[in-house]
Amino acid sequence: MFIRNLSKFALMAAVLALAGCEGGVLDPKGQVGVEEKWLILVSTVLMLLVVLPVIGMTLYFAWKYREGRDHEIYAPKWAHSTKIETVVWIIPIIIVLILGVITWRTTHSLDPYKPLEGKGEHLTVEVVSLNWKWLFIYPEQGIATVNELVFPAHKPVRFKITSESTMNSFFIPQLGSQIYSMAGMETKLHLIADEPGVYDGFSANYSGAGFTGMQFKATATETPEDFDAWVAKVKQQGSSLTKASYAKLAEPTEYHPIEYFGTVEDQLFHSVVMKYMADHGAMDYYSKPANAVEGDASRPAKSAHHHAEAEE
Amino acid sequence: MSFLGKLSIDAVPYHEPIIMITLAVVGIVGLVVAALVTKYQKWGILWRDWITSIDHKRLGVMYIILALIMLVRGFADAIMMRTQLAAATNGAEGYLPPEHYDQIFTAHGVIMIIFMAMPFMIGLMNIVVPLQIGARDVAFPFLNNLSFWLTAGGAILINLSLGLGEFAKTGWVAYPPLSGLEYSPGVGVDYYIWALQISGLGTLLTGVNFLVTVLKMRAPGMKLMDMPIFTWTCTWANVLIAASFPILTAVLAMLTLDRYLDFHFFTNEAGGNAMMYINLFWAWGHPEVYILVLPAFGIFSEIVSTFTGKRLFGYKSMVYATASISILGFIVWLHHFFTMGSSANVNAFFGVMTMVIAVPTGVKLFNWLFTMYRGRLRISVPILWTLGFMVTFSIGGMTGVLLAIPGADFVLHNSLFLIAHFHNTIIGGAVFGYLAGFSFWFPKAMGFKLDERWGKASFWCWLVGFFVAFMPLYVLGFMGMTRRLNHTNNPEWNIWLYIAAAGAVIIMFGILFTVIQLFVSFKNREQLKDHSGDPWNGHTLEWSTASPPQYYNFAKIPHVHDIDAWTDMKEKGLAYKMEESYAPIHMPKNTPAGIFMSAGITAFCFAMIWHIWWLAIVGLVGAITVFLFRCYSDDVDYYVQPEEIVEIESAHLESAKKEGVTA
Repeated sequence: MFIRNLSKFALMAAVLALAGCEGGVLDPKGQVGVEEKWLILVSTVLMLLVVLPVIGMTLYFAWKYREGRDHEIYAPKWAHSTKIETVVWIIPIIIVLILGVITWRTTHSLDPYKPLEGKGEHLTVEVVSLNWKWLFIYPEQGIATVNELVFPAHKPVRFKITSESTMNSFFIPQLGSQIYSMAGMETKLHLIADEPGVYDGFSANYSGAGFTGMQFKATATETPEDFDAWVAKVKQQGSSLTKASYAKLAEPTEYHPIEYFGTVEDQLFHSVVMKYMADHGAMDYYSKPANAVEGDASRPAKSAHHHAEAEE
Repeated sequence: MSFLGKLSIDAVPYHEPIIMITLAVVGIVGLVVAALVTKYQKWGILWRDWITSIDHKRLGVMYIILALIMLVRGFADAIMMRTQLAAATNGAEGYLPPEHYDQIFTAHGVIMIIFMAMPFMIGLMNIVVPLQIGARDVAFPFLNNLSFWLTAGGAILINLSLGLGEFAKTGWVAYPPLSGLEYSPGVGVDYYIWALQISGLGTLLTGVNFLVTVLKMRAPGMKLMDMPIFTWTCTWANVLIAASFPILTAVLAMLTLDRYLDFHFFTNEAGGNAMMYINLFWAWGHPEVYILVLPAFGIFSEIVSTFTGKRLFGYKSMVYATASISILGFIVWLHHFFTMGSSANVNAFFGVMTMVIAVPTGVKLFNWLFTMYRGRLRISVPILWTLGFMVTFSIGGMTGVLLAIPGADFVLHNSLFLIAHFHNTIIGGAVFGYLAGFSFWFPKAMGFKLDERWGKASFWCWLVGFFVAFMPLYVLGFMGMTRRLNHTNNPEWNIWLYIAAAGAVIIMFGILFTVIQLFVSFKNREQLKDHSGDPWNGHTLEWSTASPPQYYNFAKIPHVHDIDAWTDMKEKGLAYKMEESYAPIHMPKNTPAGIFMSAGITAFCFAMIWHIWWLAIVGLVGAITVFLFRCYSDDVDYYVQPEEIVEIESAHLESAKKEGVTA
């Protein structure tokens, strides 16, 4: 039947997608992405255990009980069976129980705010979404770039994310999770590339006219030395990113070319976060409980930018 | 500030050929319709019997007409998006620059949800629910008329934005700060705010109206657990409307204050917080999808039991499943933004709660299956939609559960996978349901059946078109394509974008065939006439009336003894019987107050959009004045006399006998 062919087509398309799509979320190159891919596959298979029989039964029942097959028992008043009803409640409950446990566990293990365990020291990159481009600040290296992200493979990266203006979502599909960038707040994301390569990155949250052009390449270098060489190149070629040049950069542009900054004004990222929160700076009501602070111990006095976390 | 506020001749986008051609076509169609109405001298009938009507059946028909027109408008937006994305590959720009394209996807979402799906659902509910519970009208008939005209006013506003100014370029969710004055200084977001605000008011009034109707006006003997299942699902939808639409009203009011009076609820600066908007928006937005889909579930339940000639399997399970979906629907809103940085505990809670909804939904699917079991399934257009739904929706439900897992959502969020998912549930669930209900109840509302062949052709186009248009989007989502892109530059995506565009064209034929079906059926209305009022051998009370029903619905309010009240009456030989005598029937009078009030409120909203303050005052004062006049009017009701009832009832029985129905 046609419907059956259609569902076959759908399945085939799904299988094709699983097997063939290079560069997507099913072709992950980092631990986070790999775990998320398996999560998707396992859950899908679990659900298919119910969904396929339901689709099959729909078509089979429609065919079997069609009008004109008089030899079938016709039971117009039959409308209740405790046995069947118990079963139809229990089957989805079991599947959802299993999925629920998987969900609870993976949501914690894949929490984007959690540093990646056992992978060594994280490289910190501060990400600012601007209209309509990405600014990456490397506080440890003292450099910054626009629309180009480079880090060594096999080294976990801690992204601190904020926005200058509208909301965006920082996303490199092949590495895994995405997280929103929001003005006046800092969000966090931890990723790692387990294979060197160049991966597509972009904003996954519409932010206005130039949104389509908010793309960048994320390069995971073969060795740490390659990364160091790239840092040296940026230092050498780049201009300096000060509050003044940042203000100029923040003006809306579309398809902004890659740009390098060899020096970055101290605590620029922090000042971007604090730009809208300055009035609240004196107060401390956005700060997190001390035991939950990670990574920002160096800035205990300026905890106002934990806004996003305070929403938890 | 000039006399017309911000409005000037520059607001007309005369340099945009696509818009100007559209406007010309709309203008010509409007003129032709007006000319035809004049030629056949129907203005009087249009005014007396329809525009001012407070008859729930006629209002229902008008809602559905509005929904079908908006379906065409929303689909025009859809096919423009699909063709743009099919054309704008490999770095090409396509034919729609962001300026225009961004308005289109915003308008598509708003129109399809607020002005297509909602009116379609409310229209079916209007026609059917009072009949199913054995009532003569809704609890507040005038309010019902006002609700319709408020919805229509919203639809007029959003369509005005096409030729006057612009529509929002924010996406249909209009998240701040993008939707704030700083990043969207034009009138687009204001159109969005006011169109949603007045149609939302209309919807809220409808929800309250129908809740009271169902609670207070059921026929004697009909306990809550005897209500037909469609009425039950509508009732839960109305509970959701009453509970969630005020949230939308409030959040839009706050956005209005931000934009008009420099408040800072959601702005970046001065302590505003956009996350609050996003939470509130979805605290309405998630129940909203259940408002859309629950009545569709009810329609499928009615159709399955009618066309298998059986009682609905597991009625109580169905009611409890609907109830639990409604209640759970309120505690899952955060799954729309797992990626906002909530803690793992919060995300996990909302993820698991979302999955739990799959349980009652799964139960419903099984119950439909077991309704078919040992039945005699008549393959007709309504049942085709139902079978198509059961297959399609299973897939949509599955992808929904997948998106409910935060770990999976982190990579699928905002991707075309998400777009495919919600179209899978809204088209494959809600729209298939409405179209099923449309062909199921059409003979009841209009007095003749719809042509089967064109109906089947339309169904197959929709079904095939849906799969061809949206399965590729699942694939593209996996390939990392995010939503709302204006153009792409990834050769691997191209083929899927082309297929999706082809799917949209197939759906276009589905819509075209529905139009042809309406035309052909109208032409053959004598052969397709429904003489008995019960063309499908139905179970519930709406089929006990004539088609179209007597304007007072029931000459004598029936006494209900069973969920399938009409089947019960037929079996006991109580059907198609004249009473010995009839009592006069108390009926409400038609009134133009609804359209006048809505005209005032729509003018107010239009004036607010363009800052024409004098018109805002005139509109608002006008609406309030009409309202006060209506409140103090005594001329609101009349009695139908027994002689007229006898005449109408015997005509109906006479006609039913022609069909071979015997009492």
